[in-house]
Amino acid sequence: MAHAHESSKKRIWIVLILLTVITTVEVALGIVKPASLYLTSILGTSPLNWIFIILTLVKAYYIAWAFMHLEGEKKWFRRSIVWTAVFLICYLITLMLIEGGYLHSTLAPLVKW
Amino acid sequence: MEANIAIPTDGKETWSGGGVKPFGASYGKMMMWFFIVSDALTFTGFLAAYGLTRFKFIDSWPIADEVFTHFPGLHGVHAPMYYVALMTFILIVSSVTMVLAVDAGHQMKQKKVAWYMFATIIFGIIFVGSQAWEWKNFINGSYGAVKTTDGKILQFVKDGHQIALSDFVVGERTDGRVQHKRENGLWFEKEAAVSTYSIAQIQEAYSSNSDIQIRSELIDATTKQKRILSREEGLAQLAKTKLVVEGANLKVNEYGNTIFADFFFFITGFHGFHVFSGIIINIIIFFNVILGTYERRGHYEMVEKVGLYWHFVDLVWVFVFTFFYLV
Repeated sequence: MAHAHESSKKRIWIVLILLTVITTVEVALGIVKPASLYLTSILGTSPLNWIFIILTLVKAYYIAWAFMHLEGEKKWFRRSIVWTAVFLICYLITLMLIEGGYLHSTLAPLVKW
Repeated sequence: MEANIAIPTDGKETWSGGGVKPFGASYGKMMMWFFIVSDALTFTGFLAAYGLTRFKFIDSWPIADEVFTHFPGLHGVHAPMYYVALMTFILIVSSVTMVLAVDAGHQMKQKKVAWYMFATIIFGIIFVGSQAWEWKNFINGSYGAVKTTDGKILQFVKDGHQIALSDFVVGERTDGRVQHKRENGLWFEKEAAVSTYSIAQIQEAYSSNSDIQIRSELIDATTKQKRILSREEGLAQLAKTKLVVEGANLKVNEYGNTIFADFFFFITGFHGFHVFSGIIINIIIFFNVILGTYERRGHYEMVEKVGLYWHFVDLVWVFVFTFFYLV
């Protein structure tokens, strides 16, 4: 807490506005679902889904860095938290989604519609 | 310089780590961060399991904005996701009041900390209440559907829009089916609520209304819409009906895959439980602030620590919101 006594109110309000705008954009896109983004596919899913995921990561970054004040922590303390979590999460998600795709390709031909 | 090892103390320093601050972070704050990392992995496990199941049933998964369509005061209006967007906003605002409380704590302004904590608690309660309302709508259902002997959910549409069973089945339930209760049957057995209409009534109503069609769970890959069956196909499917489904629970789900409902209850429930415990912790800290505990202690680090937990709950919701409602 190097700057324990100075107020960071301005930054807090800017982050609030940013998070609100991002959420509004997400919901608007989710309701409109533009066909060019929704019905096409890039890297395994629709561009719309990629937009949602990227915007979510941006929101997560601002919550962790500004609200949880990771930006004020020592560099290697921050890294011990973020790198550990990000690595394990990516690893688990990758394996689970690959396995889910495999289950679908194996089971779907057996389902009669 | 002393080594950073556990040193026997007289017990008073158990929660402060004896004043040792690796990376400039106090013992309590560091432990809160370690807890948050492990809890984040727990939620990852749930969301990854959701992802696996969704990929497994990728061609028939319920479409979220056809499921969550209610908004308080707007009856019968199709309002996809407005409500959950509002909930997200409420939680973000509660995060802001929390961070303002932490900020006021750094400046040792007791009254301000108390007011911001109070606001955080109120927003938290509003969020949990909203989630309860969302659950209520999901459990009660909005349209009703039927389930076939091979486990498929069939919904009813008119001019491409889903309609409720009561929109085309006329009159009361006709077969005089009596609910099995402890008083009139086996005392050790209960029966789930008897559906509003009998299967025969629904089949009869479908046959006599030529403008009603049946929508299957299967998603058309090109339009990403649920496939609507022709009248004849629909009749063949409807003949296989074994159950009338109204609403969703852990066993059946009128919106489609039962496991979608299971994950919805489990993940939003687990998150809601986190919000609930966060509110309780916030209330305890709020009273400590009012009683002047931290004023005497000389710092408001406790507010910062519960703040970390509260922001984490917000962080998790951001992901739940994306993967349950948007993607």
